[in-house]
Amino acid sequence: MFGKILIANRGEIAVRVIRSARSMGVATVAVHSDVDAGAMHVAEADEAVMIGGAAPGESYLRGDRIIAAAKETGAEAIHPGYGFLSENPDFVEAVEAAGLVFIGPPASAIRKMGLKDEAKRLMEGAGVPVVPGYMGAEQAPDRLATEAERIGYPVLIKAVAGGGGKGMRLVERAEDFAAALESAQGEAKGAFGNAHVLIEKFVSTPRHIEVQVFGDGTRAVHLFERDCSLQRRHQKVIEEAPAPGMTEEMRQAMGEAAVRAAEAIGYSGAGTVEFIVDASEGLRADRFYFMEMNTRLQVEHPVTELVTGVDLVAWQLRVAAGEALPMRQEDLALGGHAFEARLYAEDVPAGFLPATGRLSELAFPDGVRADTGVRAGDAISPHYDPMIAKLIVHGDTRAVALRKLARALSETRVAGTVTNLAFLGALATHEGFARGEVDTGLIARDLEALTAAPEAGPAVVAEAALAAAGLDRRADDFAGFALWQPLTQTVRLMREGEEIACRLSVQSPSEIEIGVGESTVTAARTGGHWRFDGRPAHGVHVDGARITVFAHHGLAFNHVDPLEQAQVATGENVIEAPMPGRVSRVSVSAGQSVRAGDRLALLEAMKMEHALTAWRDGTVAEVLVSEGDQVEAGAALVRLEPEEEAA
Amino acid sequence: MKLKSQAIPSSDEFRANRDAHLDALKVVREAAEIAAAGGGERARKRHLERGKMLPRERVANLLDPGSPFLEVGALAAHGMYDGAAPAAGAIAGIGRVHGQEVMVVCNDATVKGGTYYPMTVKKHLRAQEIAEENNLPCIYLVDSGGANLPNQDEVFPDRDHFGRIFYNQARMSAKNIPQIAVVMGSCTAGGAYVPAMSDITIIVKKQGTIFLAGPPLVKAATGEVVTAEDLGGGDVHTRLSGVADYLAEDDAHALALARRAVESLNRTRPATVDWQSPEPPAYDPEEILGVVPADLRTPYDITEVIARLVDGSRFDAFKPRFGETLVCGFAHVHGCPVGIVANNGVLFSEAAQKGAHFVELCSQRGIPLVFLQNITGFMVGRKYENEGIARHGAKMVTAVATTSVPKVTMLVGGSFGAGNYGMAGRAYQPRFLWTWPNSRISVMGGEQAAGVLATVRRAAMEKAGEEWSEDDEAEFKRPTVEMFERQSHPLFASARLWDDGVIDPRKSREVLALSLSAALNAPIEETRFGVFRM
Repeated sequence: MFGKILIANRGEIAVRVIRSARSMGVATVAVHSDVDAGAMHVAEADEAVMIGGAAPGESYLRGDRIIAAAKETGAEAIHPGYGFLSENPDFVEAVEAAGLVFIGPPASAIRKMGLKDEAKRLMEGAGVPVVPGYMGAEQAPDRLATEAERIGYPVLIKAVAGGGGKGMRLVERAEDFAAALESAQGEAKGAFGNAHVLIEKFVSTPRHIEVQVFGDGTRAVHLFERDCSLQRRHQKVIEEAPAPGMTEEMRQAMGEAAVRAAEAIGYSGAGTVEFIVDASEGLRADRFYFMEMNTRLQVEHPVTELVTGVDLVAWQLRVAAGEALPMRQEDLALGGHAFEARLYAEDVPAGFLPATGRLSELAFPDGVRADTGVRAGDAISPHYDPMIAKLIVHGDTRAVALRKLARALSETRVAGTVTNLAFLGALATHEGFARGEVDTGLIARDLEALTAAPEAGPAVVAEAALAAAGLDRRADDFAGFALWQPLTQTVRLMREGEEIACRLSVQSPSEIEIGVGESTVTAARTGGHWRFDGRPAHGVHVDGARITVFAHHGLAFNHVDPLEQAQVATGENVIEAPMPGRVSRVSVSAGQSVRAGDRLALLEAMKMEHALTAWRDGTVAEVLVSEGDQVEAGAALVRLEPEEEAA
Repeated sequence: MKLKSQAIPSSDEFRANRDAHLDALKVVREAAEIAAAGGGERARKRHLERGKMLPRERVANLLDPGSPFLEVGALAAHGMYDGAAPAAGAIAGIGRVHGQEVMVVCNDATVKGGTYYPMTVKKHLRAQEIAEENNLPCIYLVDSGGANLPNQDEVFPDRDHFGRIFYNQARMSAKNIPQIAVVMGSCTAGGAYVPAMSDITIIVKKQGTIFLAGPPLVKAATGEVVTAEDLGGGDVHTRLSGVADYLAEDDAHALALARRAVESLNRTRPATVDWQSPEPPAYDPEEILGVVPADLRTPYDITEVIARLVDGSRFDAFKPRFGETLVCGFAHVHGCPVGIVANNGVLFSEAAQKGAHFVELCSQRGIPLVFLQNITGFMVGRKYENEGIARHGAKMVTAVATTSVPKVTMLVGGSFGAGNYGMAGRAYQPRFLWTWPNSRISVMGGEQAAGVLATVRRAAMEKAGEEWSEDDEAEFKRPTVEMFERQSHPLFASARLWDDGVIDPRKSREVLALSLSAALNAPIEETRFGVFRM
């Protein structure tokens, strides 16, 4: 076994690897960018090396610096985590050339799986079923359109070098093909420097089921399947193992196919073979098709760990250190059911926009495995993936595990940023999902219900108001004292863009009446704890003007400060960046007149482009950014002439 | 030493007392509700329609959330001017802004446009007097048309009339007692000087106006036609004239600006007394209603009240075996050391001497004094006059008049005659004077006064050889008894600001504590007594 390894990653996966390494007595070296100097993975490692600036291209993607850091600290091996350099064969070769061990598959295996059309051909040859499609070199639009006709609509256009949904388009009708192709090619070219696409049959009622494999370079075993069908725009949201409705026959067929796939490329280490499953007639052993193989440890690997009892990172280290596969296929068994939910800092109502912020509070309940790379007080920065944590639960049955997941989500406390916690909570209690009716279209179909902003009832608003007024804390013996009638103070809160005026009337140090709309809520303090209309407080976190009540997965309110509000009133002519990102296009120039709804600029953030539009008619006074600028959330982008002057 | 109560809460007497006090309280509570409602539903609605906060809301939103509010003169003008000026058209009291105790004076524009009745002037001046004596920053929430013209003779010319408000502002400013004005409505004529004389002035946009003469008077005087906003609106005063310093978007913003102004006052409380950590009384203050007899003429032990006011019901009685009708002693009220002077019957020479001695002690040590008044007066009669009760009473009055320690007086029963003087009545300028609903105040009892008048008349008649029947005498006495009865009622007294307010006896402890807390914003000066007649 290695004496010391370096983890070429950050966040939760770096922390995850460090923990397994530590449990095996292996020393760890973290690398980090300048902004990550205080990050959790740095604190957890035995040593840390700063490797560059915040942008991944200046740090976590700098293979040369990472290798130098390993040499310098005497690490014998490098664990790449996922993302960044984990599937970069050149990096693998450079690591090996430096006399170090890469904890992962050989460069050749990564290359073979890296180009999707070649991988598919290879798999077909190895007897792994693939989706009907075209993956030829000829990329003329006419030829591709003809192939699409042959395969039969609906079809998917995918970037050959792609991943993560980039350069991917679903085309339902022939007349839409040309436009979709152009945009897919453009995106692929931009993202991967390679405009080549492949076309394949689009499977209706598709399920995304993947098989965890583990190889030693010649032989491989599988650790059963994971179902990742709950996706939003090809991003996994909740994963589980085993797949609901899976038959033993199909499991065996898929497992064997996955092992063949791994062995066909001489795979070593942890990998995942992704299949698309046509579930239109339930799960059938002849209806699964190879999609791609991920030659790394997956984000969702913990669900497999919980149902097999295997520490996959420990296995990675052992196999990389030259040990044999720790278990034989016949010794591996499934036990119970596991779920993983991905908790992100994102603005769900605004269309799942990535969010940033300092996590003024972060707490997970007992009984859940929370893999996280941040602590309370840490920031979710615009530089990296906005994942906060993965919540993983295990139960004897799927129903038990799902209930545990729902409970864990409802008891998780996050403040300081917006999150998808309520969305995850809605999924965990979705009736169809509970019945095991999973497919990749579920979220899109029920999006409205799943993302409905939770209603903040009067008691919750009252709790926020009490905290905003600071009356939830220290008890003052004279609180609310008046000779005859108590005074009634107004606390103004903002929620979902709407102002809620709460009327606070302190009756005594331990009793406060809070008027919210038509209702009156009585807050009473007994034994130092507040109850609202007799029900215990949900708990609250106050961070400046931002109040989070831990009800319904966390409801955030803003305490309106008249001083701040007066300032904003004078700044309403400015269009601000709704999130951090890169200004990819500026569509207007000073002096130009615009109409409400006109696009002023495009902001690219977290794989998506967002149009920033004028909210009223007017004249552009000033453009404050240039194309290519990196901006923070709230940065002023375009200023309109004041309305009076423009009129 | 911990006091031991003899009261039996389950007794009929206790319950009867309580019921009688609750009845008396009800009358006061109703009066307080009328006062708090200001100028009535219609005027309030109109006020709200203009986008203004109601005056009590303004006060509430100026103060810290949950801040105590020790209102003064809440019942001012009650029953006066045919009920036209509830609370005398203004709210005054002490609250906290960023933890700093401040005096707030807020006009109620729903009451005759916030114009100053004679009692409004008196209330404003009393609030300023409290602020000045206790070193409390003043915040004026101005929304007033100035002097009430039909009452100008009682509002304008005299020393303690309208002009005194600005005199006080200047004098307080000179003593670094900050003067902050928030102009939330009209501020006309003399009223214009409230913001102009303030250290810092905030004005609400398109709502506050300040001018010496309004548009009608300007037109009459010079023929110039001008809108109120152009004449003296917020924009004009913050941009052109400099009469105001900050322009607020609305009431809420204006109050937030005033709060911010208080934040930068840089004030600290002077070191005065040795505070202890507060401790509730061992006996529930709620029981005060049961232990105090409903009838003023029924004697009771004042220590039953003290036991329900002071920390841990602990009371170190001074000279307990001497002059027993005056109870003196040391205790703490919500952590503040106090010297209590309380009546347990009529004042004799010994009691007066003991009182003077005790006031000297407290003055020497810088301990605030609390007077619990239930006094029918000094003992009368040849024996007492001959032994010089006037001389002994004078000693006590001198001590009470000249001591520099803060005094807080509470009328818990009768307040009659010279007893009122020795026990720090209004004339002796206690920092605060509060009354209970069962209290009565007059130069002597109504019966005694009528008796005096009747005796004089009978002597005159007998000298003239006339007859005066018993019935005729009773008929002669009745109006006097009734007049005294009416005028000695606490509502009558409080309406005329002979005190700072009628309170619920069960809140006495809090009222005392808040009064003391306010008083201790000012340093305690060294006392120099006058000549004691020995």
